[in-house]
Amino acid sequence: MKIALTSLFVDDQRAALAFYTDVLGFTKRHDIPLGDDFWLTVVSPESPDGPELLLEPSGHPAVKPYRDALAEDGIPLAQFAVEDIEAEHARLTSKGVVFTQPPTDIGNAVVAVFDDTCGNLIQLIEMKRDENHADAR
Amino acid sequence: MVDVFRALDDETRRTILDELSMRDGQTLFEICSTLTMRHGLSHSRQAISQHLGVLESAGLVETERRGRSKFHYFNPEPLAAITNRWPTRKRTEP
Repeated sequence: MKIALTSLFVDDQRAALAFYTDVLGFTKRHDIPLGDDFWLTVVSPESPDGPELLLEPSGHPAVKPYRDALAEDGIPLAQFAVEDIEAEHARLTSKGVVFTQPPTDIGNAVVAVFDDTCGNLIQLIEMKRDENHADAR
Repeated sequence: MVDVFRALDDETRRTILDELSMRDGQTLFEICSTLTMRHGLSHSRQAISQHLGVLESAGLVETERRGRSKFHYFNPEPLAAITNRWPTRKRTEP
């Protein structure tokens, strides 16, 4: 068994596609009309056959209270791995992305949290490859 | 209103203030992760939330909503009550 697809609720699927491709740099995989909405997925260009991220409409009444409560406490709904978190933080900040947590050293990794403008907080993580931390997990 | 002395009478709450004085303006999520990863304090999120409530009630922590998230700030002002009550002074010779 492997993880093929996971999903995030987004306020506006077109705006979400623009953010996840133009700003974050993912690639569109599927964009299939389904009634008023779309089956819309993106993948990482670093692993085009890897797990897809479904950008799912947020119309269900349970979505708003769920996401509002998590956003209030700063809890991210997904985690993306990056090679150089400081560079990503600088790149995304220059594009107007707002971070609720700047890059923070947590021992074996550096993490940061940003607002995806679609209603979600997302965590970035750079795992340390430093040998001093190789056996720290 | 929680007494500032009672609010400080707890190692976890003092550690939260240490973390906020190092980097002010943290979400509950960030506070929980730094307590776990840096201090090995793996309390539940709910427990940390309650500790923050005590600190806030004592005036030692203030919250501010920015965007959709709530950020916690350290306010050292109530600590002045301690130095005002027992000001530093030189010992007087008998």
